[in-house]
Amino acid sequence: MDRDTRLHLYREMLRIRQFEEKVRELAMANELPGFFHLYVGEEAVAVGVCSNLKKEDYITSTHRGHGHLLAKGADMNRAMAELFARETGYNKARGGSMHIAAPEVGMLGANGIVGAGIPIATGAAFSSKYQKDGKVAVAFFGDGATSQGTFHEALNIGASFSLPVVYVCENNLYGVSTRQSKVRKLEDIAERAKAYDMRGIIVDGNDIEAVCDAAGEAVRLARNGEGPTLIECKTYRHYTHFVGEPDNYRPREEVDTWKKKDPITGYAQRLIREETAVQEELDEILRSVNQEVEKAVEFAKNSPKARPDTVFDDVYAN
Amino acid sequence: MSIMSYSKALGAAMAEEMRRDDKVVCIGIDLQYYGGAFGVTQGLCEEFGEDRVVNMPIAEAGYTGLAVGAAATGLRPVVELQFGDWVTIASDQLVNQAANMRYMSGGALSVPMVMRLPCGGFGAAAAQHSHMFESWFAFVAGLKVMCPSTPEEAKGMLKTAIRENDPIIFLEHRQCYEMKGEVTEDPEFTVPIGKAAVKREGKDVTIVTYSYMVHFALEAAKILEQEGIDTEVVDLRTIKPMDTETVLNSVKKTHRVLCLQETWLTCGVAGEVAAVIADLAFDYLDAPVKRMGSPDCPAPFSPDLETYVLPSVNGIVQAVRELME
Repeated sequence: MDRDTRLHLYREMLRIRQFEEKVRELAMANELPGFFHLYVGEEAVAVGVCSNLKKEDYITSTHRGHGHLLAKGADMNRAMAELFARETGYNKARGGSMHIAAPEVGMLGANGIVGAGIPIATGAAFSSKYQKDGKVAVAFFGDGATSQGTFHEALNIGASFSLPVVYVCENNLYGVSTRQSKVRKLEDIAERAKAYDMRGIIVDGNDIEAVCDAAGEAVRLARNGEGPTLIECKTYRHYTHFVGEPDNYRPREEVDTWKKKDPITGYAQRLIREETAVQEELDEILRSVNQEVEKAVEFAKNSPKARPDTVFDDVYAN
Repeated sequence: MSIMSYSKALGAAMAEEMRRDDKVVCIGIDLQYYGGAFGVTQGLCEEFGEDRVVNMPIAEAGYTGLAVGAAATGLRPVVELQFGDWVTIASDQLVNQAANMRYMSGGALSVPMVMRLPCGGFGAAAAQHSHMFESWFAFVAGLKVMCPSTPEEAKGMLKTAIRENDPIIFLEHRQCYEMKGEVTEDPEFTVPIGKAAVKREGKDVTIVTYSYMVHFALEAAKILEQEGIDTEVVDLRTIKPMDTETVLNSVKKTHRVLCLQETWLTCGVAGEVAAVIADLAFDYLDAPVKRMGSPDCPAPFSPDLETYVLPSVNGIVQAVRELME
């Protein structure tokens, strides 16, 4: 992988990390309304996958969607403004964190219903195949979603029709507080691909280049008309399910172990070790990302709040 | 004009819209050479091919979700559920996804899709193949609900539904499928959404209803006419958005009203119509608003039991007589 690509991947992960840390800080200070599900710890998945996508390709996301949104190329100002419930937000403060959508960059929406985005991405892929526009769709979802019927129904359809779709499971071991191994017999979710005669791949979800490679191949095959792939990314969320929830369900040692496998600090060390960059360069990237985040907060705070006299706009087309 | 069944009229609507717009695709189970469970899609696959008339696995949530995603990315899917009762399986994709997408995205996404639901009783099909869920979906902001009662309206309303840019729940009554009537061949003929129709003018009493019950109301009106009671029949056609103006104008003229529906009365459309009248035309009423529908009982298998719980022409006649007392 060339130096520019590596530094780009590093920066993109850091953009998500710093955005999320800022959101956490603001949420805990009660500066933001609503619920926040942070992507910290899982950045390599969104960035590794989306770095293989074109702007016009589609993704569907989850309740933990900020990372997918930014990785797909969304503008951080408008993303932050949405969380601040401002008119200038991507969705004019109608959606908020849990439903944020940016169709102009192919992001069809975060989703508050676990597993619901999987058939929607499959439909976007159906649409692309029908219209022969060469686009690929990616469904992001968590381990918990693979127990939903929609997961199985969508994978069966995607495989049967050989649709240009990639199914990306972020296996972070927990569905809210429930350790998924207690409610799912199968250890590896990628095994479920076999049931649909689909390629199933396990990848270290904290290794950005591994994700990038696996997704690159899956996207290439999908675009070539060779059907879907299920990629299981083994990863972990550093924080709880949502901001403000006690972490009384994960062993301390487990959290610590995974934090040591942090995708961003791990990649920084690798970039230095392999002489792709020096520390000062990485520090400079961090400084500029922090600036982007601060500017996004400023933009959001200076934007007008959503006005009640517009509340009925967009319920219907006319 | 040609004489056509309700079922054929629906098929003609889809064929015309598919010819007009190559973004229109039909999605469902057994749609291709089988023509759907009730033959509505017969001939479509032969004309438009398997890419546009798509047979799905038996996975209502999956293929309804697929239609939502396809609609959000440029297609106009027309989804057929084999029986409307099974919309329960697809409901998350309709209620939490399709209905909300435009709003949640601040207008950035659009979901132009139609859910065709063959539904209704009088077929001894028992409790999983007879019910009508129009009030569930009319309840949801972001959805529109249409219920045609005649062949020509079935055609004109389905064409309108396909051209709409919002998700439409489209209830087709199974007892209407074989009804025949005059249907215009003009491919530009459509019936506007949100417009009721006065199917029979009268001055003494109004029956507000929709779908198959329109035919019961018209039968009852004939009997009542012999007793000197002049009944007006308003066919809502679209449940949401509801044409309250036509309803209120009729009630202001007749001063008496029966709100009639086939399915369970509790929390139903008839109750909504009654509430609108009570709110906005109370002073015009010469008798309390009356509602009629089914009692809170699952559709029984036995034809005798089913007939007992569903509204009947005689029951409607009796209810109107009571209104006139």
